[in-house]
Amino acid sequence: MSLRVEDLVIEIDGRRVVDGVSFEAPDGARLGLIGESGSGKSLTALAVLGLLPDGARASGSIRWNGVELIGMPDRELAKLRGDDIGIVFQEPRTALNPIRTVGRQIAESIRIHERVGRREARERAIAEAARVRLPDPELIVDRYPHQLSGGQRQRVAIAMALACRPRLLIADEPTTALDVTVQAGILTLLLDLVRDEGMSLMFITHDLAVLAQVAAEGVVLEHGRVVERAPVGTLLTAPASPVTQGLLRDATATLWRPEGGPA
Amino acid sequence: MRPLWLRRLWAVSTGRFGLIVVAIIALLALVSLAWTPFDPQASEIRDRWMPPSWPHLLGTDDTGRDILSLIMAGARTTVFVSVGAGVVATLVGIALAALGALTARWLRETVAVLVDILIAFPVLLIAMMISSVWGGSLWVVIWSVGIGFGVNIARVTRPELRRVQQSDFVLAARAAGLTAGQSLVRHLLPNVAPVFIVQLSWSMAVAVLAEAGLSYLGFGASVVEPSWGLLLADLQRYIGVHPLSVIWPGLAITVTVLALNLLGDGLREATDPTLRHRAAEVHTPGVVA
Amino acid sequence: MLRYTLVRGALLIAGLLVSSVLIFLTLRVFPGDVAQLIAGTQASPAEVEALRESLGLNRPLPAQYVEWIGGVLRGDLGTSLLSGASVGEELALKAQVTVPLGLLSLLVAVLIAVPFGILSALQRGRRAGTALSVGAQALAAVPVVWAGMMLIVVFSVWLGWLPPQGFPRTGWATPGKALESLLLPALTIGIVEGAMLMRFVRSATLQAAGQDFVRTAAAKGLTRTRALIQHGIPAVGLSIITVLGLQIAGIIVGSVVIEQLFTLPGIGRMLVADVGTRDLIKVQSELLVLTGFVLIVGFLVDLLHRTIDPRQREAA
Repeated sequence: MSLRVEDLVIEIDGRRVVDGVSFEAPDGARLGLIGESGSGKSLTALAVLGLLPDGARASGSIRWNGVELIGMPDRELAKLRGDDIGIVFQEPRTALNPIRTVGRQIAESIRIHERVGRREARERAIAEAARVRLPDPELIVDRYPHQLSGGQRQRVAIAMALACRPRLLIADEPTTALDVTVQAGILTLLLDLVRDEGMSLMFITHDLAVLAQVAAEGVVLEHGRVVERAPVGTLLTAPASPVTQGLLRDATATLWRPEGGPA
Repeated sequence: MRPLWLRRLWAVSTGRFGLIVVAIIALLALVSLAWTPFDPQASEIRDRWMPPSWPHLLGTDDTGRDILSLIMAGARTTVFVSVGAGVVATLVGIALAALGALTARWLRETVAVLVDILIAFPVLLIAMMISSVWGGSLWVVIWSVGIGFGVNIARVTRPELRRVQQSDFVLAARAAGLTAGQSLVRHLLPNVAPVFIVQLSWSMAVAVLAEAGLSYLGFGASVVEPSWGLLLADLQRYIGVHPLSVIWPGLAITVTVLALNLLGDGLREATDPTLRHRAAEVHTPGVVA
Repeated sequence: MLRYTLVRGALLIAGLLVSSVLIFLTLRVFPGDVAQLIAGTQASPAEVEALRESLGLNRPLPAQYVEWIGGVLRGDLGTSLLSGASVGEELALKAQVTVPLGLLSLLVAVLIAVPFGILSALQRGRRAGTALSVGAQALAAVPVVWAGMMLIVVFSVWLGWLPPQGFPRTGWATPGKALESLLLPALTIGIVEGAMLMRFVRSATLQAAGQDFVRTAAAKGLTRTRALIQHGIPAVGLSIITVLGLQIAGIIVGSVVIEQLFTLPGIGRMLVADVGTRDLIKVQSELLVLTGFVLIVGFLVDLLHRTIDPRQREAA
């Protein structure tokens, strides 16, 4: 289960916002995409799933298990989305449909790919809600997004993304929009789930400190190009490119590790 | 030195088309003051119902009047009404918006509620209400559309005005000693202008439709004033025998309204670049004949 | 929700009151002597004065207003100064033409606007989408009177399929003929209103397409189109309901002109005639009814909107 990106180019209105990006995420990888805003990291992730906004064109090669994704018709890509590759977005406030209960939205993730009746889907949705450590899962599935906190909404989003046990999870700045106090919980959850299922993880962020906690290897982007690629340890201790050095300076002061205290 | 917004307007195809057509109509109206191919009122019974030919390029009507001249003269009325309504709408709109944004709280709330109530009054009904007392005339059209759309403009402009008033740079200016009046003219109005101008353009489109409808009903232009709406009413009787004669005034109205609408759309695109790739909210046009 | 209904209801009543006062003042305070009009130019001043007295026009304005409103609340909309007929009765009669016309027009408008609006949004950037969008803009600029004339030319004069004017004297006793005579008028209003509504549907759909949660739906495994239709369109429907009030107002206004063109004996045509003859009592009540209708529809639409959107259902 590997993802291989080669010379990816994304153009918006004739402008190249991603200009020849290449990297690989083999099975079980913990890959980080890091860069300032506007570096093209989110667009790269969207391109994998064929979810680029209107007016954007991708060219180059994105292979999932050897199958070329660029140019694939949407109907085929849709089969991969959620089932093989899941994605969690940055803004939980707008990522959920405001006029449907969260339970129904999680159930929908399942029913799209499996023939499951409404009642069974609801049971599974409750199970997924429990899995992402939401409080009172049987009650929360009947709530609407606006009744949940930001952290809870993001857990719902994670539940939706993982409901069908995909092989690769793409997380696009999943904690950036959340309270600092909530971020740690979400990161821990993500790491635990990824580890339990043996999934690959592609984590996108602008914060090197966050990257340090989740990824083993990092790809640094600037202006749509890869400027450095190295194990996370190297990025933290001996960054080669000025971009990475800048990111290191901007990183939050305390590096927190799941297993112990501050770095 | 052409201002930035004008250049941007030109760059947008809708804006360009709108601007050109509106200019042409205005030009026709202006020219017609001095010259038309024939006297629009001159009826030549011998020449009635001539098809488009030389010298009557658009043909003649039931009494032999030259249709092209009638259209040109009608443009005068159209321009008059739309500009007049625009002026009234501007004054009413700004007054209401200012009252609703810049005064004491109780007054603001009252005006807000009042505006919301008045919005529901369709322009046509206002016009008929005034007509039943004063008799119909072009002034009735101007005032009804002006008031009706002025209220509409106020509703859109008021929150904008309030937002700008609360913004940091205005507060800073006031703190530095600027009076309310100065801040209004120097800061508030220019910032609200884009939203305002767009609404104005659309309201002029509505005015043209209103004039046509009201004149058709008999509450607008009088018989001696040239009007596209009146022409439609005149020719209506003959659509059985000369069905295509009504095409010209109808086309004139449609093209003018379309141009004004596109001008408004173009202005909005030109003045608010963030809308370029987002689906912008469409104005819900005022209610008219 | 209850609180919102009460507040909104209070606003509605305030709106009705303000409208009634405005209508009353405009029609009474301004120049124009009704009694003179009725009595005619031949009548002596004494006769005119007597008439004015008997019509109650000499009483103080507030008294006249209260009497009018009091009557309205009891269901008595007054009697025509010129013909003596009951306004309420005539309104009920003419409503038999105007209400079906309005409903049919609304149906046509929605049937045109929703599918074509969504289609033009889905096809954005492609020829079909641009063509639809431009077409809608052009149609929305057409004066409804002219649209009616053109439809008459095509369907009555050239094809002879439908009657060009009039409403059967037998009314709804002959439903087939009645519908026939309403078809062209409803099509006219429906097409023009539909074009306006279509632009709104298109932009609402585009806005829905740009919503994050539509993207999430696609990320779960729906095709992008299905994600838009299943998750975006309901949100679009919600915003269409908001515009519904305006659409209905537009249809009412359109029907005034259209009833004139197609010589339909409806409320609109009656209003035009009454304004022409300066029958102020009738105009007064007719305008109040029409405005009241628009206000009430607006109120109901507001409530509907609130009920459907769960976000607002429990707003404090």
